[in-house]
Amino acid sequence: MEHTSRRELFKIIGSSIVLTTSGSGVLSPALAQHVHNEVAAVKSLSGGANYVPKQFTPHNFETLKTLSEIIIPGASDAGAAEYIDFLSSRNDELAAIFNGGLAWVDHYMEKNYDADFLKASATQRTELLDKLAYPANVTPATAQGVPFWTWARNMTVDAYYTSPAGVKDIGYMGNQVLGSFSVPQEAVDYVMQRSPFARQA
Amino acid sequence: MFQVQKSPEVHDVVVIGSGAGGGTTVKVLTDLGMKVTLLEAGPMLNPNKDFKEHVWPWEVDHRGVGPNAENYFGKDLYPFGYFLAPNGYWDIPGEPFTVAPGSEFKWFRSRILGGRTNHYGRISLRFSDYDFKPQGFDGLGTDWPITYDEMSPWYDKAEEFIGITGTHEGLRSAPDGKFLPPIPPRVHEQLIQRAGKKLNIPVIPSRMAMLTKSIHGRAACHYCGQCGRGCRTASAFSSSQAMIFPAMKTGLLTIISGAMARELLVDSAGQVNGVSYVDKATRTDKVIRCKAVVVAASACESARLLLNSKSPKYPNGVANGSGEVGRNLTDTVGHAVAGIIPALEGTPRHNSDGIGGMHVYVPWWELDKKNKDFPRGYHIEIGGGFGMPQIGSFRNTAAKAGGYGPKLKEEINRYYGSQISFAGRGEMMPNKHSYCEIDPVKVDQWGIPVLRFHWQWSDHEVKMVKHMHHTFTDMIDAMGGRVTSPDIPEFTAQSVSVGGEIIHEAGTCRMGDDPKKSVLNKWSQAHEVPNLMVVDAAPFNGNPDKNVTLTIVANAWRAAAHFAEEFKKGNV
Repeated sequence: MEHTSRRELFKIIGSSIVLTTSGSGVLSPALAQHVHNEVAAVKSLSGGANYVPKQFTPHNFETLKTLSEIIIPGASDAGAAEYIDFLSSRNDELAAIFNGGLAWVDHYMEKNYDADFLKASATQRTELLDKLAYPANVTPATAQGVPFWTWARNMTVDAYYTSPAGVKDIGYMGNQVLGSFSVPQEAVDYVMQRSPFARQA
Repeated sequence: MFQVQKSPEVHDVVVIGSGAGGGTTVKVLTDLGMKVTLLEAGPMLNPNKDFKEHVWPWEVDHRGVGPNAENYFGKDLYPFGYFLAPNGYWDIPGEPFTVAPGSEFKWFRSRILGGRTNHYGRISLRFSDYDFKPQGFDGLGTDWPITYDEMSPWYDKAEEFIGITGTHEGLRSAPDGKFLPPIPPRVHEQLIQRAGKKLNIPVIPSRMAMLTKSIHGRAACHYCGQCGRGCRTASAFSSSQAMIFPAMKTGLLTIISGAMARELLVDSAGQVNGVSYVDKATRTDKVIRCKAVVVAASACESARLLLNSKSPKYPNGVANGSGEVGRNLTDTVGHAVAGIIPALEGTPRHNSDGIGGMHVYVPWWELDKKNKDFPRGYHIEIGGGFGMPQIGSFRNTAAKAGGYGPKLKEEINRYYGSQISFAGRGEMMPNKHSYCEIDPVKVDQWGIPVLRFHWQWSDHEVKMVKHMHHTFTDMIDAMGGRVTSPDIPEFTAQSVSVGGEIIHEAGTCRMGDDPKKSVLNKWSQAHEVPNLMVVDAAPFNGNPDKNVTLTIVANAWRAAAHFAEEFKKGNV
């Protein structure tokens, strides 16, 4: 089947479901697989250069986008900043966490390096992030940034791994329509050889 | 002016509730050519519209966390996640219940055609001979008025119709049935089988209501593992798709959705002759007249309806001469332990979706062991594999790994698929401290008096959970793994799942031969009111470690077949 737009896909699903004698809708496996492939072909979830933030100032949004890309390379393209912006526009508590956290980051950077997070060098950014991301390195001066850091890391991880790029990166190969189910022997062998049962195998 | 709308039409049979019990009754009666009217408190179900099968998280702008980020703030907007089938709620706005001081209880209620069968785990286990006749086994609990041998042919019918995977094992604690082919064990499940072998714990193919081949016009499974989201091809069993939709085509079934039953009405002879219900959409009370009523609203909701049906003839609620309605409430004993297994780290990636849930499980294996410090037993449910990444999937890994950038990605990749979990599902013995009753003062938004729950675990359940915990820890140790669940220095009632949490409530209208001690007879008919039946898990005399749904279906099938004969003879 040729490439199909998202809207067309849902039209196909709607019109192709046939009623069997049992009254349940059936989407043919071939069609379901086609729909699946098309949806999985979605590449970037980023809003692109023309994205207008719903909650954050353009500066804060840009900072968040940069930060998310440092947390998980690829997160920017996976729409992490847009995801956080969207939910912050719908949840005041979340908006306060991110607005407050981003302001704290800039203030910390200005105070220590005379540059906000975006203008700071990679080395300067790393100096701060290392004091947020590793519990052993947290100082009294960075402790107040840690709750924000945890939110930013968690939501970035969430956004990335629930994107097509993240699913590909982690190697999830399911959500398919299969005619039968089998388990690859090489995977079984790999695990058994590494297990305490290796010698009995 | 408040006016109750009454229709002069007299319906044959009114069924209240459309889950496993109600769905089975509808199927059996319409198959026998009888006219049925079904009342469902929730809306109709449209699988093609309502099920989120195969949807990727990124196809939804909130990726599944809830449109207002609810899940990040611990709010249960979707009790089991955004992508699961529409199923029900722990708390229904405007429909509260109360819990007596000193008790803890959670009550999950479905409000949708098909009820909980749209999303349930579909684990389908027969009760054993000793579950029906426990008095001669260990002297605890109450005998059912029927034996395993009497129930067995109805299990056959239920299994052949639903379609259940499995293998013949010859175990007394897990009787064999009419099985579809099993499904191959996943990698982590094969590892667990090896651990079981070492510890003498049997790990056998699971018995699940998914079609490993096509039957009764339902397509075979396509192995996406998303049964909990609802299956558009009806390859995973639900009463809505497998029983009620086909019954609609017979022309014999009338469905009234959005209908919350308020009270059963009786005539001067004490027979049920109608149902008063709230039409939720218009907030009007309506009365439907009928010749017989089958209640299948879920164990506690059914008890509530009977207790609320008070009349001069039945001052304590209809069919409650014994005072047993609402009593003997049980749930399953739950406890889970998770672990990380280094041997699984870096497993070559492959599609491990399979059928939704486990491909192997552990039936109770210490039936003949002497000197146990708790009665009966539990089965073990197994989790693990490469699940579809979801919001929160890697939160613990990220927290533990710390850091950021390529190193964090590496850690997340390494741990993906290396986590396994064991969940014990055990038998609770009924006790006099666990029951539900009508709250003396509170009503819901429909003006219907609500339930008040009383709950207490006994020492039996606490000791069982201790056994579970040590078994699961031993299994993880045997695989060279590391337990990630918190250590439990001392086992108390707090170590057991909260009452109701496992969603296997049973026992509130128990069956028996003695009308003084039981609510229903062996055919699930009320002793005092033969044209009233209850066919969910309320009739159960016990709650064995074998999830209730298959037995609800078998018992409802048996009851409905008997009822149809009696109805045709004019006896009810």
